[in-house]
Amino acid sequence: MAFLVELYRFMMARKKFWLVPVLLMLALFGGLVVLTHGSAVAPFIYTLF
Amino acid sequence: MSIVLGISAFYHDSAAALVVDGKIVAAAQEERFTRKKHDPAYPRNAVDYVLREAGLMLDEVDFVAFYDKPFLKFERLLETYLAFAPRGLASFSTAMPVWLKEKLFQKDMLLKELKKHAGGFRGGMDKMLFAEHHISHAASAFYPSPFEKAVVLTLDGVGEWATATVAIGDGHTLTLEKEIRFPHSLGLLYSAVTYYTGFKVNSGEYKVMGLAPYGEPKYAAKMMENLIHIKPDGSFHLNQEYFDYCTGLTMTNAKFDELFGQPARRPESEQLTQFHMDMAASVQAVTEEVMLRMAKALAKEYKIPNLCMAGGVALNCVANGKLLRDGAFKNIWIQPAAGDAGGALGAALAAWHMELGGERKISKAKTAPRDGMHGSYLGPAFSQQEIETRLKAAGARFEVLTEAKMIDSTAKALADEKAVGWFQGRMEFGPRALGGRSILGDPRSPSMQKTLNLKVKFRESFRPFAPSVLREDVADWFELDADSPYMLLVDGVKAKRRKKMTAAEQKLFGIEKLNVARSDIPAVTHVDYSARIQTVHADTNPLYHKLISAFKKRTGCALVVNTSFNVRGEPIVCTPEDAFRCFMGTDLDLLVVGHCVLHKAKQDKKLAEDYKNKYELD
Repeated sequence: MAFLVELYRFMMARKKFWLVPVLLMLALFGGLVVLTHGSAVAPFIYTLF
Repeated sequence: MSIVLGISAFYHDSAAALVVDGKIVAAAQEERFTRKKHDPAYPRNAVDYVLREAGLMLDEVDFVAFYDKPFLKFERLLETYLAFAPRGLASFSTAMPVWLKEKLFQKDMLLKELKKHAGGFRGGMDKMLFAEHHISHAASAFYPSPFEKAVVLTLDGVGEWATATVAIGDGHTLTLEKEIRFPHSLGLLYSAVTYYTGFKVNSGEYKVMGLAPYGEPKYAAKMMENLIHIKPDGSFHLNQEYFDYCTGLTMTNAKFDELFGQPARRPESEQLTQFHMDMAASVQAVTEEVMLRMAKALAKEYKIPNLCMAGGVALNCVANGKLLRDGAFKNIWIQPAAGDAGGALGAALAAWHMELGGERKISKAKTAPRDGMHGSYLGPAFSQQEIETRLKAAGARFEVLTEAKMIDSTAKALADEKAVGWFQGRMEFGPRALGGRSILGDPRSPSMQKTLNLKVKFRESFRPFAPSVLREDVADWFELDADSPYMLLVDGVKAKRRKKMTAAEQKLFGIEKLNVARSDIPAVTHVDYSARIQTVHADTNPLYHKLISAFKKRTGCALVVNTSFNVRGEPIVCTPEDAFRCFMGTDLDLLVVGHCVLHKAKQDKKLAEDYKNKYELD
C-alpha cells in the first residue's frame, strides 16, 4: 500500500499521466508472472490453442 | 548531535558513509568486505563498519539518505523503451522483470534491510531521504572541498535522467543550474569505446585511458563528425544511430562497426592492435575536448575561480590534468570517490546541508589537504595487537619491529627492487590506493613495471603505474607543482629526468614502446612521458611520508611506485588476512602490516594458493 501511495505521489509530482496505461499493463503482466510462476505469455497461448 | 547514514546500492559499487554533525566519520565500499568486485548488494558490512567506527548503533541514526531516486530511473527506462519501440524488446524483457520484482520496491527493501541490523533502524519512511543521483555526486564534490564557493561539474554514464550537471555551491547551498540528459552522455560514449575495444563496461574505462598514449587520435575527427556533436560551450549531442545502449544489450551496433571498419574486439581472446590503441587515443581526445570546452564556458559564465568535480568521468585523471594546465579555473578539487560509491557520501552530505540546513565548516589549514576528506582514509584500521593476532591465526611468520626499524627495512627492500605489500592505518575510500593498502616498488627499476603487472598483479602488460611522491619534491620530478593527494591529476615527467630516445626507439609503435626506459623513473613514466601523480603529505599520512623520505635518503629518489594492493579482478585488500592471502598468492617479496614484517622466503609454502585464477577478470 505504501508503495502505491508513493507511486501516486510521484505521478502527481511528475505529471506524466500518459505513463499510467503503460504502468497498468506492466502491473497486469507482472501479476501474471507472479500468479503463473513463469512466463506471462503462457496463459494467452493456452487459451488460443 | 545529528547522524546521517548515506547508502549507495543495487546498481554497482554499493557503499555506506556516516556523517555526524556534517563531519565525515567513515566511508567504505561493500566489495572490500564481501571480496566481490563492484558488489551491488545492500552494503550490510559497510553499514556495520561505519557505525562501529563511530561507536553508534543503527537506532541512533537520525536519517538514512539513499543516493538516487528509483522511480525517476524507472520513468527514464519506460520513456526510453517507448521512444524506441518496437526496437528494444529484448532489452525491455530482460530489464522489466527485475524492476517489477525488486528494483521498484527499493525503498521497502532498504527499510527491511536496515531493520535487520543489530539495534535496527527505528525510523520509518519519513526518516529516509532520497537524493537525485547527480545531486549526490555534486554534494560529494562540493561539501568536502576547501572552497566557500565553486562551480560543480558532474559527469558520468547516467543517473536518473541526467548524464552531466552544472551546479553552484555557495556556503551550505548547492543549486542545480543546468543538465544534459540521457541518452546524450559523455560517460556512455567512453563506455561504448571501452566495449568496442574489448574491455568491460563500468570497470575497463581506466584501461582505455591507460591504452590511449600508445595510439594516435586518428579517429577523433571521425567521432566528432559522426558520433558526437560538440557545441562551443561543451554541451553535446550523441547520434543514436551508432549506439545500441538504449534498446539493446550491447553498447555499439553494426553501423558503429561499419564506420570504423571492423567489429568490436572479443574480450581476452583477441589481440589488442594499433587500431584499438588509436580508438582509445581518439575517445580520450574527444573527452578532453568536451571537458575543456565546458570548463572554459563555465569559467566565463560564472566567473568563479574554483571547480569541483565528481561522477565516473571525473576519474579521468588525464583529462583532469589538462583542465588544470588549461587554467580556465584557478583551483580544481575532485572527489576521490568520484564513482557511484561516493554517491553514498554525497547523499549523506546533501541530506545534512540541503535538507537539514546544517552549517558547513571549511578547514582553514594552510597545508594540504585542506578538505574534509581526511586524505580519503575513511575505512577500517587495525591495532598492532589485532594485526598480530589475525596474522598468527592465518599461519603467517613475522617479526615485529619498532616503527623506525620497520621503515628502514622497508626502504631497503624497495631500494633492492623488491615488490612490497604495504598495509597501514585506515583503508582508503574510492578506487585508488593511497598508501594505506598499496603495493610499492622502486620507480628507478626498468623491469619493475613488467614484474608488477605480470607476476604480482596478473594484469595486462600495457598498464602504467603511478608514483607517490613527497609533496615538497614533486616539482623536482614532475611538471606539476600542486597538491594531488588523491592521484587524480596526470602531468609530465620533468624534462631533466627524461631520457632521449634513439632514432630506432622513436620509430617503435604501440606496446613496443613500453620496453624503452624513457626517464630516470621508468616504472612510473608512461609512453607519452606522463605520470598519474599522488603527492604525499606529512600531515595526512605521516608514516607513508616517512617511508618515502627514508627511500629518498637511501637512493636520492623522492618517490615510489604505488599500485593498489590486489590482483586483477580482486577488490583492494581490507584486512590483514586479505593482505596475507594476496602476499602468498603472488610474487610479492615483502609484506609490511603495521609493525609486522613478513618475508616471503620464511613463510610456509603450503599456505600459498592459486591466486591467479581465483578472481573473475575485470
